[in-house]
Amino acid sequence: MMARRIGRMSPFNITALALGMAFLYLPIVILVIYSFNASRLVTVWGGWSLRWYHESFNDRAMLDAAWMSLRVAAVSATIATLLGTLAAVGLVRGERFRGRTLFSGMLYAPLVMPEVISGLSLLLLFVALNAERGFWTVTIAHTTLTMCFVTVVVQSRLASLDRSLEEAAMDLGCDPVQAFVRVTLPLILPAIAASWMLAFTLSLDDVVIASFTTGPGSATLPIRIYSEVRLGVKPEINAICTIVIALIAVLIVIASLASNLSSSEAKSAAPL
Amino acid sequence: MSTHRIFARPARYAAIAPYLWMVLFFLVPFGFVLKISLSQTAIAQPPYVPVFDFSEGWSAINAAFAQLSFDNFRLLISDSLYISSYLRSVVVAVTSTLILLLIGYPIAYGMARLPQRWQPIAMMLVIVPFWTSFLIRIYAWINILQHDGLLNKILLALHLVSSPVVWLSTDTAMYLGIVYSYLPFMILPLYATLSKMDPSLLEAASDLGSSPRQAFWLLTFPLSLPGVGAGALLCFIPIIGEFVIPDLLAGSGSMMIGQTLWLEFFTNKDWPVAAAAAVALLVLLVPPLLLYDRLQRRTLEGGR
Repeated sequence: MMARRIGRMSPFNITALALGMAFLYLPIVILVIYSFNASRLVTVWGGWSLRWYHESFNDRAMLDAAWMSLRVAAVSATIATLLGTLAAVGLVRGERFRGRTLFSGMLYAPLVMPEVISGLSLLLLFVALNAERGFWTVTIAHTTLTMCFVTVVVQSRLASLDRSLEEAAMDLGCDPVQAFVRVTLPLILPAIAASWMLAFTLSLDDVVIASFTTGPGSATLPIRIYSEVRLGVKPEINAICTIVIALIAVLIVIASLASNLSSSEAKSAAPL
Repeated sequence: MSTHRIFARPARYAAIAPYLWMVLFFLVPFGFVLKISLSQTAIAQPPYVPVFDFSEGWSAINAAFAQLSFDNFRLLISDSLYISSYLRSVVVAVTSTLILLLIGYPIAYGMARLPQRWQPIAMMLVIVPFWTSFLIRIYAWINILQHDGLLNKILLALHLVSSPVVWLSTDTAMYLGIVYSYLPFMILPLYATLSKMDPSLLEAASDLGSSPRQAFWLLTFPLSLPGVGAGALLCFIPIIGEFVIPDLLAGSGSMMIGQTLWLEFFTNKDWPVAAAAAVALLVLLVPPLLLYDRLQRRTLEGGR
Protein backbone atom coordinates (compact mmCIF):
# COMPACT_ATOMS: atom_id res chain seq x y z
CA MET A 1 0.00 0.00 0.00
CA MET A 2 2.70 2.44 1.11
CA ALA A 3 5.02 1.55 -1.73
CA ARG A 4 2.28 1.99 -4.27
CA ARG A 5 1.47 5.47 -2.96
CA ILE A 6 5.10 6.59 -3.09
CA GLY A 7 5.29 5.08 -6.57
CA ARG A 8 2.50 7.43 -7.58
CA MET A 9 4.79 10.42 -7.04
CA SER A 10 6.27 11.35 -10.38
CA PRO A 11 9.53 13.35 -10.61
CA PHE A 12 7.33 16.26 -11.67
CA ASN A 13 5.31 16.02 -8.43
CA ILE A 14 8.44 15.92 -6.30
CA THR A 15 10.07 18.86 -8.12
CA ALA A 16 6.90 20.97 -7.82
CA LEU A 17 6.69 20.29 -4.08
CA ALA A 18 10.36 20.94 -3.42
CA LEU A 19 10.44 24.19 -5.43
CA GLY A 20 7.18 25.33 -3.86
CA MET A 21 8.44 24.81 -0.32
CA ALA A 22 11.77 26.46 -1.13
CA PHE A 23 9.90 29.47 -2.56
CA LEU A 24 7.78 29.72 0.60
CA TYR A 25 10.61 29.40 3.10
CA LEU A 26 13.88 30.68 1.62
CA PRO A 27 13.10 34.42 1.91
CA ILE A 28 12.23 34.05 5.60
CA VAL A 29 15.35 31.95 6.28
CA ILE A 30 17.53 34.56 4.55
CA LEU A 31 15.93 37.33 6.62
CA VAL A 32 16.61 35.47 9.85
CA ILE A 33 20.23 34.75 8.92
CA TYR A 34 20.90 38.39 8.02
CA SER A 35 19.45 39.58 11.32
CA PHE A 36 22.57 38.09 12.95
CA ASN A 37 24.87 39.94 10.56
CA ALA A 38 27.48 42.14 12.29
CA SER A 39 27.81 44.53 9.34
CA ARG A 40 25.71 47.67 9.04
CA LEU A 41 25.53 47.08 5.30
CA VAL A 42 22.63 44.70 5.07
CA THR A 43 24.12 42.79 2.17
CA VAL A 44 27.73 42.42 3.31
CA TRP A 45 28.33 39.52 5.65
CA GLY A 46 30.40 40.70 8.60
CA GLY A 47 30.20 37.68 10.86
CA TRP A 48 27.62 36.61 13.45
CA SER A 49 26.49 39.18 15.96
CA LEU A 50 23.59 40.07 18.25
CA ARG A 51 24.28 43.78 17.74
CA TRP A 52 20.95 44.58 16.03
CA TYR A 53 18.96 42.81 18.69
CA HIS A 54 20.73 44.93 21.26
CA GLU A 55 19.98 48.10 19.29
CA SER A 56 16.35 47.31 18.71
CA PHE A 57 15.88 46.70 22.44
CA ASN A 58 17.11 50.23 23.03
CA ASP A 59 14.70 51.76 20.53
CA ARG A 60 12.11 53.38 22.80
CA ALA A 61 9.53 54.14 20.06
CA MET A 62 9.77 50.59 18.71
CA LEU A 63 9.31 49.10 22.20
CA ASP A 64 6.25 51.29 22.86
CA ALA A 65 4.76 50.18 19.54
CA ALA A 66 5.48 46.53 20.33
CA TRP A 67 3.82 46.84 23.73
CA MET A 68 0.77 48.51 22.18
CA SER A 69 0.55 45.72 19.56
CA LEU A 70 0.80 42.95 22.14
CA ARG A 71 -1.96 44.51 24.24
CA VAL A 72 -4.23 45.04 21.23
CA ALA A 73 -3.58 41.49 20.03
CA ALA A 74 -4.27 39.91 23.43
CA VAL A 75 -7.47 41.86 24.14
CA SER A 76 -8.90 41.66 20.61
CA ALA A 77 -8.09 37.94 20.30
CA THR A 78 -9.89 37.25 23.58
CA ILE A 79 -13.06 39.17 22.66
CA ALA A 80 -12.95 37.75 19.12
CA THR A 81 -12.66 34.18 20.40
CA LEU A 82 -15.64 34.67 22.68
CA LEU A 83 -17.84 36.27 20.02
CA GLY A 84 -16.64 34.00 17.22
CA THR A 85 -17.35 30.85 19.23
CA LEU A 86 -20.85 32.11 20.05
CA ALA A 87 -21.41 32.88 16.38
CA ALA A 88 -20.24 29.40 15.36
CA VAL A 89 -22.58 27.78 17.90
CA GLY A 90 -25.46 29.87 16.59
CA LEU A 91 -24.71 29.00 12.97
CA VAL A 92 -24.10 25.26 13.43
CA ARG A 93 -26.49 24.36 16.25
CA GLY A 94 -29.08 27.11 15.84
CA GLU A 95 -30.47 25.53 12.64
CA ARG A 96 -32.41 28.09 10.67
CA PHE A 97 -33.36 31.46 12.11
CA ARG A 98 -34.37 34.82 10.75
CA GLY A 99 -31.46 36.78 9.37
CA ARG A 100 -29.18 33.73 9.26
CA THR A 101 -28.13 34.45 5.67
CA LEU A 102 -27.23 38.03 6.52
CA PHE A 103 -25.37 36.81 9.60
CA SER A 104 -23.24 34.27 7.77
CA GLY A 105 -22.67 36.77 4.96
CA MET A 106 -21.40 39.36 7.45
CA LEU A 107 -19.08 36.74 8.93
CA TYR A 108 -17.63 35.50 5.63
CA ALA A 109 -17.25 38.86 3.88
CA PRO A 110 -14.47 40.29 6.11
CA LEU A 111 -12.34 37.19 5.37
CA VAL A 112 -11.78 38.42 1.83
CA MET A 113 -12.76 42.10 2.12
CA PRO A 114 -9.87 44.39 1.15
CA GLU A 115 -8.46 45.88 4.32
CA VAL A 116 -8.59 49.43 2.96
CA ILE A 117 -12.40 49.20 2.91
CA SER A 118 -12.74 47.70 6.39
CA GLY A 119 -10.30 50.24 7.79
CA LEU A 120 -11.88 53.27 6.15
CA SER A 121 -15.45 52.28 7.05
CA LEU A 122 -14.60 51.66 10.71
CA LEU A 123 -12.72 54.94 10.93
CA LEU A 124 -15.75 56.83 9.57
CA LEU A 125 -17.91 55.13 12.20
CA PHE A 126 -15.50 56.11 15.00
CA VAL A 127 -15.38 59.70 13.75
CA ALA A 128 -19.17 59.84 13.59
CA LEU A 129 -19.38 58.45 17.14
CA ASN A 130 -16.76 60.98 18.20
CA ALA A 131 -14.70 58.19 19.74
CA GLU A 132 -11.16 58.97 20.81
CA ARG A 133 -8.88 57.01 18.52
CA GLY A 134 -6.19 54.83 20.00
CA PHE A 135 -6.01 51.51 21.81
CA TRP A 136 -9.73 50.77 21.92
CA THR A 137 -10.59 51.71 18.36
CA VAL A 138 -7.80 49.48 16.99
CA THR A 139 -8.88 46.69 19.35
CA ILE A 140 -12.50 46.89 18.18
CA ALA A 141 -11.40 46.93 14.54
CA HIS A 142 -9.19 43.87 15.02
CA THR A 143 -11.90 42.06 16.96
CA THR A 144 -14.32 42.58 14.08
CA LEU A 145 -11.88 41.12 11.56
CA THR A 146 -10.49 38.23 13.60
CA MET A 147 -13.79 36.98 15.05
CA CYS A 148 -14.71 35.92 11.51
CA PHE A 149 -11.63 33.68 11.33
CA VAL A 150 -12.50 32.28 14.78
CA THR A 151 -16.04 31.55 13.59
CA VAL A 152 -14.81 29.60 10.56
CA VAL A 153 -12.33 27.51 12.60
CA VAL A 154 -14.76 26.71 15.43
CA GLN A 155 -17.64 26.19 13.00
CA SER A 156 -15.82 23.48 11.06
CA ARG A 157 -14.85 21.71 14.30
CA LEU A 158 -18.40 21.95 15.63
CA ALA A 159 -19.87 20.68 12.36
CA SER A 160 -17.68 17.58 12.48
CA LEU A 161 -18.70 16.84 16.08
CA ASP A 162 -21.06 13.94 16.70
CA ARG A 163 -24.40 15.38 17.74
CA SER A 164 -25.44 12.23 19.56
CA LEU A 165 -23.03 13.17 22.37
CA GLU A 166 -25.11 16.25 23.19
CA GLU A 167 -28.31 14.30 22.79
CA ALA A 168 -27.05 11.62 25.17
CA ALA A 169 -26.20 14.29 27.74
CA MET A 170 -29.69 15.71 27.46
CA ASP A 171 -31.29 12.26 27.70
CA LEU A 172 -29.34 11.88 30.94
CA GLY A 173 -30.96 15.04 32.28
CA CYS A 174 -28.77 17.96 31.22
CA ASP A 175 -30.51 21.05 29.92
CA PRO A 176 -29.10 22.34 26.59
CA VAL A 177 -26.80 24.87 28.24
CA GLN A 178 -25.39 22.24 30.64
CA ALA A 179 -24.96 19.83 27.75
CA PHE A 180 -23.03 22.47 25.85
CA VAL A 181 -20.80 23.48 28.75
CA ARG A 182 -20.09 19.94 29.97
CA VAL A 183 -19.92 17.99 26.70
CA THR A 184 -19.50 20.23 23.67
CA LEU A 185 -17.20 22.89 25.08
CA PRO A 186 -14.47 20.52 26.32
CA LEU A 187 -14.49 18.80 22.93
CA ILE A 188 -14.08 22.00 20.92
CA LEU A 189 -11.74 23.67 23.42
CA PRO A 190 -8.55 22.87 21.43
CA ALA A 191 -10.10 24.42 18.32
CA ILE A 192 -11.03 27.48 20.38
CA ALA A 193 -7.46 27.73 21.70
CA ALA A 194 -6.05 27.43 18.18
CA SER A 195 -8.38 30.13 16.91
CA TRP A 196 -7.36 32.46 19.76
CA MET A 197 -3.80 32.12 18.57
CA LEU A 198 -4.80 32.69 14.95
CA ALA A 199 -6.65 35.85 16.00
CA PHE A 200 -3.61 36.97 18.02
CA THR A 201 -1.20 36.59 15.10
CA LEU A 202 -3.61 38.22 12.63
CA SER A 203 -3.90 41.24 14.90
CA LEU A 204 -0.13 41.36 15.36
CA ASP A 205 0.27 41.36 11.58
CA ASP A 206 -2.19 44.02 10.48
CA VAL A 207 -0.91 47.36 9.22
CA VAL A 208 -3.72 48.71 7.03
CA ILE A 209 -6.70 48.57 9.39
CA ALA A 210 -4.57 49.77 12.31
CA SER A 211 -3.31 52.74 10.27
CA PHE A 212 -6.89 53.86 9.65
CA THR A 213 -8.26 53.31 13.14
CA THR A 214 -5.41 54.41 15.39
CA GLY A 215 -4.87 57.92 16.67
CA PRO A 216 -1.78 60.13 16.94
CA GLY A 217 0.90 58.80 19.26
CA SER A 218 -0.37 55.24 19.41
CA ALA A 219 1.31 53.42 16.55
CA THR A 220 1.32 49.62 16.54
CA LEU A 221 4.44 47.60 15.76
CA PRO A 222 3.46 46.87 12.13
CA ILE A 223 2.80 50.59 11.55
CA ARG A 224 6.30 51.39 12.85
CA ILE A 225 7.89 48.61 10.82
CA TYR A 226 5.99 49.72 7.74
CA SER A 227 7.16 53.32 7.99
CA GLU A 228 10.77 52.14 8.50
CA VAL A 229 10.57 49.68 5.61
CA ARG A 230 9.38 52.41 3.26
CA LEU A 231 12.66 54.18 3.93
CA GLY A 232 14.69 51.10 3.05
CA VAL A 233 16.23 48.00 4.57
CA LYS A 234 17.77 48.40 8.02
CA PRO A 235 19.48 45.70 10.05
CA GLU A 236 17.43 46.58 13.17
CA ILE A 237 14.26 45.74 11.27
CA ASN A 238 15.69 42.32 10.41
CA ALA A 239 16.20 41.70 14.13
CA ILE A 240 12.70 42.87 15.08
CA CYS A 241 11.13 40.77 12.33
CA THR A 242 13.06 37.73 13.53
CA ILE A 243 11.75 38.24 17.07
CA VAL A 244 8.16 38.44 15.74
CA ILE A 245 8.72 35.28 13.63
CA ALA A 246 10.07 33.46 16.70
CA LEU A 247 7.06 34.53 18.76
CA ILE A 248 4.64 33.35 16.08
CA ALA A 249 6.56 30.07 15.66
CA VAL A 250 6.07 29.34 19.37
CA LEU A 251 2.35 30.07 19.03
CA ILE A 252 2.08 27.78 15.99
CA VAL A 253 3.73 24.90 17.86
CA ILE A 254 1.29 25.35 20.76
CA ALA A 255 -1.65 25.59 18.37
CA SER A 256 -0.68 22.46 16.46
CA LEU A 257 -0.21 20.55 19.71
CA ALA A 258 -3.67 21.74 20.75
CA SER A 259 -5.26 20.61 17.50
CA ASN A 260 -3.51 17.21 17.67
CA LEU A 261 -4.96 16.88 21.15
CA SER A 262 -8.31 17.84 19.69
CA SER A 263 -8.29 15.13 17.02
CA SER A 264 -7.07 12.41 19.38
CA GLU A 265 -9.69 13.39 21.94
CA ALA A 266 -12.36 13.31 19.30
CA LYS A 267 -11.29 9.78 18.41
CA SER A 268 -11.31 8.62 22.02
CA ALA A 269 -14.68 10.22 22.60
CA ALA A 270 -16.26 8.68 19.53
CA PRO A 271 -16.83 5.16 20.92
CA LEU A 272 -18.73 6.62 23.90
CA MET B 1 -35.00 15.05 16.18
CA SER B 2 -36.80 16.71 19.06
CA THR B 3 -33.57 17.20 20.98
CA HIS B 4 -32.23 19.08 17.96
CA ARG B 5 -35.01 21.54 18.32
CA ILE B 6 -34.52 21.93 22.08
CA PHE B 7 -30.87 22.67 21.42
CA ALA B 8 -31.52 25.06 18.57
CA ARG B 9 -33.22 27.74 20.63
CA PRO B 10 -30.42 28.51 23.14
CA ALA B 11 -27.91 28.15 20.31
CA ARG B 12 -29.77 30.89 18.47
CA TYR B 13 -29.55 33.10 21.55
CA ALA B 14 -25.78 32.57 21.44
CA ALA B 15 -25.74 34.30 18.07
CA ILE B 16 -27.27 37.53 19.42
CA ALA B 17 -24.08 39.15 20.74
CA PRO B 18 -21.91 38.45 17.66
CA TYR B 19 -24.85 39.42 15.44
CA LEU B 20 -25.17 42.83 17.08
CA TRP B 21 -21.39 43.29 16.99
CA MET B 22 -21.21 42.60 13.27
CA VAL B 23 -24.18 44.87 12.51
CA LEU B 24 -22.62 47.70 14.51
CA PHE B 25 -19.00 47.31 13.37
CA PHE B 26 -19.39 45.83 9.91
CA LEU B 27 -22.74 46.78 8.40
CA VAL B 28 -23.34 50.23 9.89
CA PRO B 29 -19.86 51.53 8.93
CA PHE B 30 -20.73 50.87 5.27
CA GLY B 31 -23.65 53.25 5.74
CA PHE B 32 -21.19 55.89 6.83
CA VAL B 33 -18.96 55.23 3.83
CA LEU B 34 -21.95 55.69 1.56
CA LYS B 35 -23.06 58.81 3.38
CA ILE B 36 -19.65 60.48 3.28
CA SER B 37 -19.04 59.51 -0.34
CA LEU B 38 -22.06 61.70 -1.11
CA SER B 39 -20.92 64.72 0.85
CA GLN B 40 -18.75 67.70 -0.06
CA THR B 41 -15.07 68.00 0.65
CA ALA B 42 -14.16 70.58 3.27
CA ILE B 43 -10.91 71.85 4.69
CA ALA B 44 -11.76 71.15 8.30
CA GLN B 45 -11.68 68.39 10.87
CA PRO B 46 -13.30 66.00 9.99
CA PRO B 47 -12.65 67.05 6.40
CA TYR B 48 -16.16 66.80 4.99
CA VAL B 49 -19.46 68.65 5.25
CA PRO B 50 -22.03 66.35 6.83
CA VAL B 51 -24.88 65.55 4.46
CA PHE B 52 -27.45 65.04 7.14
CA ASP B 53 -27.72 64.81 10.84
CA PHE B 54 -30.04 62.10 12.14
CA SER B 55 -30.71 64.14 15.27
CA GLU B 56 -32.58 66.77 13.31
CA GLY B 57 -35.39 64.46 12.31
CA TRP B 58 -37.06 63.58 9.06
CA SER B 59 -37.52 67.08 7.67
CA ALA B 60 -33.80 67.71 7.80
CA ILE B 61 -33.13 64.35 6.14
CA ASN B 62 -35.57 65.14 3.37
CA ALA B 63 -34.01 68.53 2.86
CA ALA B 64 -30.59 66.94 2.77
CA PHE B 65 -31.57 64.46 0.07
CA ALA B 66 -32.24 67.41 -2.20
CA GLN B 67 -28.62 68.48 -1.98
CA LEU B 68 -26.92 65.11 -2.09
CA SER B 69 -23.71 65.46 -3.98
CA PHE B 70 -22.66 62.99 -6.60
CA ASP B 71 -19.61 65.12 -7.40
CA ASN B 72 -17.22 62.56 -5.94
CA PHE B 73 -18.55 59.82 -8.16
CA ARG B 74 -18.53 62.15 -11.15
CA LEU B 75 -14.88 62.83 -10.37
CA LEU B 76 -14.21 59.08 -10.19
CA ILE B 77 -15.51 58.44 -13.68
CA SER B 78 -14.15 61.58 -15.29
CA ASP B 79 -10.60 61.63 -13.92
CA SER B 80 -8.30 59.25 -15.77
CA LEU B 81 -6.28 58.64 -12.59
CA TYR B 82 -9.19 56.73 -11.06
CA ILE B 83 -10.15 54.88 -14.21
CA SER B 84 -6.59 53.75 -14.79
CA SER B 85 -6.18 52.62 -11.19
CA TYR B 86 -9.39 50.58 -11.55
CA LEU B 87 -8.19 48.93 -14.72
CA ARG B 88 -4.80 48.30 -13.20
CA SER B 89 -6.38 46.64 -10.13
CA VAL B 90 -8.38 44.29 -12.34
CA VAL B 91 -5.42 43.51 -14.61
CA VAL B 92 -3.10 42.87 -11.66
CA ALA B 93 -5.67 40.69 -9.88
CA VAL B 94 -6.45 38.60 -12.98
CA THR B 95 -2.78 38.16 -13.91
CA SER B 96 -1.74 37.27 -10.36
CA THR B 97 -4.60 34.79 -9.99
CA LEU B 98 -3.58 33.03 -13.22
CA ILE B 99 0.09 32.86 -12.13
CA LEU B 100 -1.03 31.57 -8.72
CA LEU B 101 -3.10 28.84 -10.37
CA LEU B 102 -0.19 27.81 -12.60
CA ILE B 103 2.20 27.62 -9.64
CA GLY B 104 -0.23 26.46 -6.96
CA TYR B 105 -1.83 23.58 -8.86
CA PRO B 106 1.32 21.47 -9.32
CA ILE B 107 2.22 22.00 -5.65
CA ALA B 108 -1.26 21.04 -4.42
CA TYR B 109 -1.27 18.07 -6.79
CA GLY B 110 2.11 16.93 -5.49
CA MET B 111 0.81 17.28 -1.90
CA ALA B 112 -2.26 15.19 -2.66
CA ARG B 113 -0.08 12.41 -4.07
CA LEU B 114 2.26 12.33 -1.09
CA PRO B 115 2.07 9.24 1.13
CA GLN B 116 -0.87 9.63 3.50
CA ARG B 117 1.16 10.19 6.65
CA TRP B 118 3.25 12.97 5.10
CA GLN B 119 0.25 14.96 3.91
CA PRO B 120 -0.56 16.67 7.25
CA ILE B 121 3.09 17.76 7.51
CA ALA B 122 3.01 19.22 4.00
CA MET B 123 -0.25 20.99 4.81
CA MET B 124 1.24 22.42 7.98
CA LEU B 125 4.23 23.68 5.96
CA VAL B 126 1.88 25.53 3.62
CA ILE B 127 -0.18 27.01 6.46
CA VAL B 128 2.77 28.28 8.54
CA PRO B 129 3.68 31.16 6.18
CA PHE B 130 0.03 32.26 6.37
CA TRP B 131 0.54 32.70 10.12
CA THR B 132 3.83 34.54 9.81
CA SER B 133 3.49 38.25 9.35
CA PHE B 134 2.53 39.34 5.88
CA LEU B 135 4.53 42.56 6.22
CA ILE B 136 7.63 40.67 7.32
CA ARG B 137 7.40 38.36 4.32
CA ILE B 138 7.23 41.33 1.94
CA TYR B 139 10.15 42.88 3.79
CA ALA B 140 12.10 39.65 3.34
CA TRP B 141 11.71 40.05 -0.42
CA ILE B 142 12.89 43.67 -0.30
CA ASN B 143 16.04 42.33 1.37
CA ILE B 144 16.57 39.92 -1.51
CA LEU B 145 15.56 42.19 -4.39
CA GLN B 146 17.36 45.40 -3.48
CA HIS B 147 20.14 46.79 -5.65
CA ASP B 148 23.00 45.00 -3.85
CA GLY B 149 20.73 42.23 -2.60
CA LEU B 150 21.16 38.49 -2.74
CA LEU B 151 19.43 37.98 -6.09
CA ASN B 152 21.65 40.44 -7.94
CA LYS B 153 24.73 38.99 -6.23
CA ILE B 154 23.85 35.50 -7.40
CA LEU B 155 23.04 36.66 -10.93
CA LEU B 156 26.34 38.58 -11.11
CA ALA B 157 28.32 35.66 -9.71
CA LEU B 158 26.82 33.33 -12.29
CA HIS B 159 27.59 35.90 -15.01
CA LEU B 160 23.94 35.89 -16.06
CA VAL B 161 23.91 39.70 -15.97
CA SER B 162 26.80 42.13 -16.30
CA SER B 163 25.42 44.86 -14.04
CA PRO B 164 22.87 44.75 -11.18
CA VAL B 165 19.25 44.54 -12.36
CA VAL B 166 16.70 46.94 -10.91
CA TRP B 167 14.11 44.69 -9.25
CA LEU B 168 12.51 46.93 -6.66
CA SER B 169 9.82 49.38 -7.76
CA THR B 170 8.92 47.23 -10.76
CA ASP B 171 5.85 45.22 -11.67
CA THR B 172 7.95 42.04 -11.57
CA ALA B 173 8.69 42.63 -7.89
CA MET B 174 5.02 43.36 -7.20
CA TYR B 175 3.82 40.16 -8.90
CA LEU B 176 6.48 38.20 -7.06
CA GLY B 177 5.28 39.67 -3.76
CA ILE B 178 1.61 39.00 -4.51
CA VAL B 179 2.24 35.43 -5.66
CA TYR B 180 4.42 34.78 -2.64
CA SER B 181 1.86 36.17 -0.18
CA TYR B 182 -1.24 34.52 -1.63
CA LEU B 183 0.20 31.11 -2.57
CA PRO B 184 -1.16 29.38 0.58
CA PHE B 185 -4.67 30.72 -0.21
CA MET B 186 -4.47 29.04 -3.61
CA ILE B 187 -2.85 25.77 -2.52
CA LEU B 188 -5.15 24.93 0.40
CA PRO B 189 -8.55 24.84 -1.40
CA LEU B 190 -6.93 23.02 -4.35
CA TYR B 191 -5.35 20.46 -2.04
CA ALA B 192 -8.66 20.03 -0.19
CA THR B 193 -10.49 18.94 -3.37
CA LEU B 194 -7.56 16.98 -4.84
CA SER B 195 -6.95 14.96 -1.68
CA LYS B 196 -10.61 13.96 -1.41
CA MET B 197 -10.58 12.45 -4.87
CA ASP B 198 -11.18 8.71 -4.95
CA PRO B 199 -7.98 7.00 -6.25
CA SER B 200 -10.07 4.14 -7.61
CA LEU B 201 -11.41 6.55 -10.25
CA LEU B 202 -7.90 6.90 -11.68
CA GLU B 203 -7.37 3.15 -11.51
CA ALA B 204 -10.62 2.65 -13.40
CA ALA B 205 -9.48 5.17 -16.02
CA SER B 206 -6.16 3.40 -16.52
CA ASP B 207 -7.94 0.00 -16.65
CA LEU B 208 -10.07 1.42 -19.41
CA GLY B 209 -6.93 2.36 -21.33
CA SER B 210 -6.39 6.05 -20.73
CA SER B 211 -2.86 7.37 -20.29
CA PRO B 212 -2.01 9.25 -17.06
CA ARG B 213 -2.09 12.49 -19.02
CA GLN B 214 -5.57 11.75 -20.42
CA ALA B 215 -6.75 10.68 -16.99
CA PHE B 216 -5.55 13.96 -15.54
CA TRP B 217 -7.27 16.18 -18.10
CA LEU B 218 -10.45 14.11 -18.40
CA LEU B 219 -10.86 13.23 -14.73
CA THR B 220 -8.66 14.90 -12.13
CA PHE B 221 -8.78 18.44 -13.47
CA PRO B 222 -12.56 18.64 -14.08
CA LEU B 223 -13.22 17.14 -10.64
CA SER B 224 -10.93 19.69 -9.01
CA LEU B 225 -12.77 22.67 -10.53
CA PRO B 226 -14.58 23.60 -7.28
CA GLY B 227 -11.18 23.91 -5.63
CA VAL B 228 -9.91 25.96 -8.57
CA GLY B 229 -12.90 28.28 -8.20
CA ALA B 230 -12.52 28.66 -4.43
CA GLY B 231 -8.77 29.26 -4.66
CA ALA B 232 -9.11 31.74 -7.51
CA LEU B 233 -11.77 33.78 -5.69
CA LEU B 234 -9.90 33.62 -2.39
CA CYS B 235 -6.93 35.22 -4.16
CA PHE B 236 -8.68 37.47 -6.69
CA ILE B 237 -10.92 39.35 -4.22
CA PRO B 238 -8.29 40.55 -1.73
CA ILE B 239 -5.68 41.20 -4.44
CA ILE B 240 -8.03 43.71 -6.14
CA GLY B 241 -7.93 45.92 -3.05
CA GLU B 242 -4.32 45.18 -2.15
CA PHE B 243 -2.37 48.13 -0.76
CA VAL B 244 0.79 47.10 1.08
CA ILE B 245 2.39 44.95 -1.65
CA PRO B 246 2.09 47.41 -4.59
CA ASP B 247 3.03 50.27 -2.27
CA LEU B 248 6.27 48.63 -1.14
CA LEU B 249 7.28 46.70 -4.25
CA ALA B 250 5.79 48.35 -7.36
CA GLY B 251 6.93 51.59 -8.92
CA SER B 252 5.10 54.84 -8.30
CA GLY B 253 4.10 55.13 -11.95
CA SER B 254 0.62 53.64 -11.82
CA MET B 255 -1.46 52.83 -8.77
CA MET B 256 -4.00 50.22 -7.81
CA ILE B 257 -7.37 51.34 -6.44
CA GLY B 258 -6.34 50.56 -2.85
CA GLN B 259 -3.35 52.87 -3.22
CA THR B 260 -5.51 55.62 -4.72
CA LEU B 261 -7.90 55.34 -1.79
CA TRP B 262 -4.99 55.51 0.68
CA LEU B 263 -3.49 58.51 -1.12
CA GLU B 264 -6.78 60.43 -1.13
CA PHE B 265 -7.35 59.66 2.51
CA PHE B 266 -3.95 60.08 4.14
CA THR B 267 -2.10 62.45 1.80
CA ASN B 268 -4.82 64.57 0.18
CA LYS B 269 -7.14 64.35 3.21
CA ASP B 270 -10.05 64.12 0.79
CA TRP B 271 -12.33 61.80 2.77
CA PRO B 272 -15.37 62.03 0.48
CA VAL B 273 -13.39 60.98 -2.58
CA ALA B 274 -11.71 58.18 -0.60
CA ALA B 275 -15.16 57.00 0.52
CA ALA B 276 -16.44 57.14 -3.06
CA ALA B 277 -13.45 55.07 -4.17
CA ALA B 278 -14.32 52.54 -1.45
CA VAL B 279 -17.93 52.34 -2.67
CA ALA B 280 -16.75 51.85 -6.23
CA LEU B 281 -14.28 49.14 -5.15
CA LEU B 282 -17.06 47.43 -3.23
CA VAL B 283 -19.33 47.45 -6.28
CA LEU B 284 -16.53 45.82 -8.25
CA LEU B 285 -16.28 43.12 -5.58
CA VAL B 286 -19.96 42.26 -5.19
CA PRO B 287 -20.16 39.62 -7.98
CA PRO B 288 -17.05 37.66 -6.90
CA LEU B 289 -18.09 38.01 -3.23
CA LEU B 290 -21.54 36.53 -3.93
CA LEU B 291 -19.94 33.71 -5.90
CA TYR B 292 -17.50 33.02 -3.06
CA ASP B 293 -20.34 33.08 -0.53
CA ARG B 294 -22.24 30.47 -2.57
CA LEU B 295 -19.18 28.23 -2.79
CA GLN B 296 -18.52 28.59 0.95
CA ARG B 297 -22.08 27.70 1.80
CA ARG B 298 -22.01 24.67 -0.45
CA THR B 299 -18.79 23.32 1.04
CA LEU B 300 -19.62 24.12 4.67
CA GLU B 301 -23.23 22.99 4.67
CA GLY B 302 -23.20 20.47 1.85
CA GLY B 303 -20.31 18.63 3.45
CA ARG B 304 -22.23 17.96 6.61
